[in-house]
Amino acid sequence: MSDTITGVFLIIGSFIVLLAGIGLVKMPDIYTRMSATSKASTLGVSVVLITTGFFFGTTGIITRTLLIVVFLMITAPVASHLLGKAAYLNKLPLWDKTKRDDLSGNDYKC
Amino acid sequence: MFLGFAIDFSLALLGFTILLAIVRLIKGPHTADRVVAADLTTSVAIAFIAIYSIRTGETWILDVGLILGFAGFLGTVGYAYYLQLRGKK
Repeated sequence: MSDTITGVFLIIGSFIVLLAGIGLVKMPDIYTRMSATSKASTLGVSVVLITTGFFFGTTGIITRTLLIVVFLMITAPVASHLLGKAAYLNKLPLWDKTKRDDLSGNDYKC
Repeated sequence: MFLGFAIDFSLALLGFTILLAIVRLIKGPHTADRVVAADLTTSVAIAFIAIYSIRTGETWILDVGLILGFAGFLGTVGYAYYLQLRGKK
């Protein structure tokens, strides 16, 4: 793969990871923060890793980077779900503009 | 020529992301916020390793990224388990 395309995709992937960091600081409660970091960081790191694999271009490196990408895409939702469940059991406050809370057992607020 | 600039710029963006994660790590009102910040730091470290391997041409270091992803996942699951135990009682 040519050097220019590699550089462009590296910058795109790093920018998506930076968006995850901005969401981690600016979001109002822990559930939205977790939503921002788990999705955006997985996508950004996947773009960087796939670019690395096609930059070297040999079968061993492409297999290794795709293995890391598949592993990240399997484990990130599991970790995020467990952490969200733990946060809800600890009664962490929701954002005050939250529309509905399905786990509360009451009727819908909206 | 452009690739060198792109590598430096990407490393700067990732370093700024780690800085934002450290802000949340210090400020976070609860332990769960800090665990989220540590998880993001692990992901950024994997991206760092990939860009480092492009810069130096050494490809063995990608194995370190694989093990780092595994360790980060186990750490997050362990913290979530103990937070869940603390919330139940």
